Amino acid sequence: MIKKLGDEAKTHDFVTRLFRNAPVLDGGERGATTTFTQHGLGDVLVTFKNRGEPLMHAGKPHRVLPGFPLALGYTLVYLALIVLIPLAAVFLKSTSLTWEQFWAVISAPRVVASYRVSFGASLLAAAINAVFGLIFAWVLVRYSFPGKRIVDALVDLPFALPTAVAGIALTAIYAGNGWLGQWLEPLGLKVAFTPLGILVALTFIGLPFVVRTVQPVLEDLDTELEEAGFALAFARAVGEYGSVIFIAGNVPMVSEITPLLIITKLEQYDYVGATAIAVVMLVVSFVLLFLINGLQFWANRGRARS
Amino acid sequence: MAAAVATHWTAHARRFEVNAATREPAWIKGTLIVVALAFFGLFLLLPLATVFAEAFRKGWQVYLAALVESDALSAIALTLLTAGIAVPLNLVFGVAAAWAIAKFNFRGKQLLTTLIDLPFSVSPVIAGLVFVLLFGAQGWFGPWLMERDVKIIFAVPGLVLATIFVTFPFVARELIPLMEAQGREEEEAAIVLGASGWQTFWRVTLPNVKWGLLYGVILSNARAMGEFGAVSVVSGHIRGRTNTLPLYVEILYNEYYFAAAFAVASLLALLALLTLVVKSLVERRGRQQLSVGEESGAST
Repeated sequence: MIKKLGDEAKTHDFVTRLFRNAPVLDGGERGATTTFTQHGLGDVLVTFKNRGEPLMHAGKPHRVLPGFPLALGYTLVYLALIVLIPLAAVFLKSTSLTWEQFWAVISAPRVVASYRVSFGASLLAAAINAVFGLIFAWVLVRYSFPGKRIVDALVDLPFALPTAVAGIALTAIYAGNGWLGQWLEPLGLKVAFTPLGILVALTFIGLPFVVRTVQPVLEDLDTELEEAGFALAFARAVGEYGSVIFIAGNVPMVSEITPLLIITKLEQYDYVGATAIAVVMLVVSFVLLFLINGLQFWANRGRARS
Repeated sequence: MAAAVATHWTAHARRFEVNAATREPAWIKGTLIVVALAFFGLFLLLPLATVFAEAFRKGWQVYLAALVESDALSAIALTLLTAGIAVPLNLVFGVAAAWAIAKFNFRGKQLLTTLIDLPFSVSPVIAGLVFVLLFGAQGWFGPWLMERDVKIIFAVPGLVLATIFVTFPFVARELIPLMEAQGREEEEAAIVLGASGWQTFWRVTLPNVKWGLLYGVILSNARAMGEFGAVSVVSGHIRGRTNTLPLYVEILYNEYYFAAAFAVASLLALLALLTLVVKSLVERRGRQQLSVGEESGAST
């Protein structure tokens, strides 16, 4: 009422006059309603919907459930010890380099070539998965066919199968004497030990991310989450190591991925160099992570509103 | 993770196919199914089949011999030990984080949820690197640890730490959405009726989320046992001492013992298949739980 009339004095005045003109005044809301409807007394029934107010304004929002300080405290300490402090160590370690030194490490030709391989192959793999993952999810959502249960369960195989196992299996398939390699190589298509092999490995590990993000969304035909699936597949692919190194051939400047360069530097005891490259990768993945969470947050909010 | 979303689409698919407005021409349907199944066969089924085909290429004897090798047995033991430490620790964390995030409102909740996801988006190689920087010979605590003769890097504690890092979000990630969806009415009722906090947790919350919890544990166990990049950085590859199963696969493969490498890999592939089977079972039970919860929630 204060909002409608502008200020408190006017409101006070209005309410006073209202009460003064009322021949019948009953205290409680229920009493007034009874007087008005049952006994037919009075011309206007004024009620105040303010019963929720005292609860909402009685100090803090009221917590019935126990354990909040313990649960949150434990969460924060564990998060700091296992994730935040160790990751901060990477950034701190990189500050032992001057900016010029840092730049020299991260822009060395071999390192730049590895970004091109890692990011290029990841982007391409994510694009392939966006197309085929969408078809895959569409087929799983829209159609029924024999064996669908098994197909649906096996989509998550790349989540569950250790990356090293995937790596040696893919290599065995696409090597020159492998099941597919022996047919592809005469056609001039060398897959294993070339950048194409990296693409195959990254497509394998990225597939479930797209399918599982898109699948539940296909019902409403939302588009934001398709992008989230793409970003998830890309983020996973950029950092991937195990499934790639077996099939990549790891030729410097051609088929060497960035995570492998970090390991190479570590093996040469070049800790600072390894850290500098790690910082570049971390910054990229943090940006992606916030992007993904942002997309999912907006998508959820959009759905809640509609 | 998105995989948590219940994926039982058979009834759903039938609805689309019965409705004339959403039914597509047969040739589109046929083409799409063929494309999807071809992709499925090429990228999922073929690698899986290859593992077993290569493992048995030289026969049963070679297969079994590769598995009872003493280095293989110690790799199996170490893998079980690492997962046996990392998974329970992350389970406790996941439950605590989900309780705080799903049942209470506080500032910075969105940020906290994002931070819990961090390890998912960090390259496994970097997950190993961070612990080398902290505890390695040239790391910050390196000299201090060396004086006291404590080895973390190139030893079992390093493997455990790296494994905890990479499997950190799994349980929390499964539980948070589930517990948020269930709300806090049931717990509040229990507290108001006089139950203690722990009683409420054990008798109300836990039974409500047990399938989601189990699913999170299974996923993190699969990742813990199969992790390669992170443990590769901190392990030092000491045979019989710091080799987990995936690292042992790599060594065998690089030394051209292909049949043996695939034999050990087939153990991990079996673990993956078992994970997927349990996952589909859990999903079915969890769906029942969720739908029952929704019905009883709607009637109150």
